[in-house]
Amino acid sequence: MEKNVDINVTVNGQLISRRVTARTNLVDFIRYELELTGSHVGCEHGVCGACTIRVNGNIVRGCLMLAAQVDGANVETIEGVSDGGEISDLQDEFLKRNALQCGFCTPGFLLTAQELLSENPNPSRDQIREFISGNYCRCTGYQAIVDAIETVSVKRKPK
Amino acid sequence: MKPAPFSYMRVKSLEEAFDLLEEYGEDARILSGGQSLMPTLNMRLSAPKILIDINQISGLSDIEIKNDKVRVGSLVRHNHLSSSDIVTKHLPLVSKAVPHIAHHAIRNRGTIGGSIAFADPAAELPAVAKAAGFTFIIKNRNEEREVEAEDFFLGLFETSLKETEILIAIEAPKLQQNEKTAFIELSRRQGDYAIIGVAAQSVVENSVFKDIRLAYFGAGDKPVMAKQAIDLLEGQSYSEEVVSEAQKALEADLNPMDDLNGPPEMKMHLARVITARALADLIS
Repeated sequence: MEKNVDINVTVNGQLISRRVTARTNLVDFIRYELELTGSHVGCEHGVCGACTIRVNGNIVRGCLMLAAQVDGANVETIEGVSDGGEISDLQDEFLKRNALQCGFCTPGFLLTAQELLSENPNPSRDQIREFISGNYCRCTGYQAIVDAIETVSVKRKPK
Repeated sequence: MKPAPFSYMRVKSLEEAFDLLEEYGEDARILSGGQSLMPTLNMRLSAPKILIDINQISGLSDIEIKNDKVRVGSLVRHNHLSSSDIVTKHLPLVSKAVPHIAHHAIRNRGTIGGSIAFADPAAELPAVAKAAGFTFIIKNRNEEREVEAEDFFLGLFETSLKETEILIAIEAPKLQQNEKTAFIELSRRQGDYAIIGVAAQSVVENSVFKDIRLAYFGAGDKPVMAKQAIDLLEGQSYSEEVVSEAQKALEADLNPMDDLNGPPEMKMHLARVITARALADLIS
């Protein structure tokens, strides 16, 4: 008993209307239907954070929401957020600090770091670690990621 | 993996939800935050015929003071709990527990009602519900009933909720003067499900425990009140001896299961360790 669901959703500022199968995960919809492949599919059960997407301004797991659920919502993916320049300082610092190697986890880390800094502009290293605890990185050992986020928090402070 | 095919209905009112629950019975699942349900669907541990999405029902997302209680709508998300001044002031045990629930992105979606109704024995809020004496407000089409947390959790993922009922709110007594709380959880990674944990609440006067409640999670097939340890501590003054007696009493209270985290013996050891820490926290 499969069912299709019609959705109207704003993705990166663009209104999109589609018919999706009820069981389509949000991240699969974004990757395969919209061909925005910056959001990655890792564990598919909410552990790894590679599928992090913003819905109505807050980050969520793209694998733990259905596409059917974002009807009427405002969805932002790493493509939209990076093209808008909102996280260019974070991207630069990740690059400078070698806070990525293979890059699979990086979109999730960037969106997570941006949400941390918007809620807490001056986080301690422990707070950074706690906040990114929901994102796995298998290359860097995290130290460089914490360094990068910490540096951006300092650089963003008004002089 | 991807979920098995299912149907999906987005409802705008409880009445619509009751219609579907009555039509589909055990083939239906309520979709609240979905942060536990979706993994089970993705891994095909469950395959309901229909999901009833209740996220757009209005009136279930408020936190309000109601006389000597705080009423929390079942759709209140975990991060709403942590940003609520009412919760911070009157339900400190909830405030202490929420940062341990999974990770920020999951707390943006997960709901208090979902966590309670799913009844994972390793989850934080069911144990908090027992320690803090929550009452659950449950509705079906015709009537509303109240169930105490103590009577709600029946077994592994099993509660007293019936197929045609929905948990609509939680009522929690405001913390009283002289009442203290402690929350300790051990996990491999911040935000993972607990290896074992304890939610504790007690009146403390001159280091004497009164009306003390210790609820453990990750310690059995449901959140467990440590009745023997509680009886032993009630009316006693905090001391090393009393702590040690309470630790011994846990043997009769807890029956942790063998799982990926380790054997029951290890969990019992950890239960004794966190009990001592929690009692010290209550006193401090």
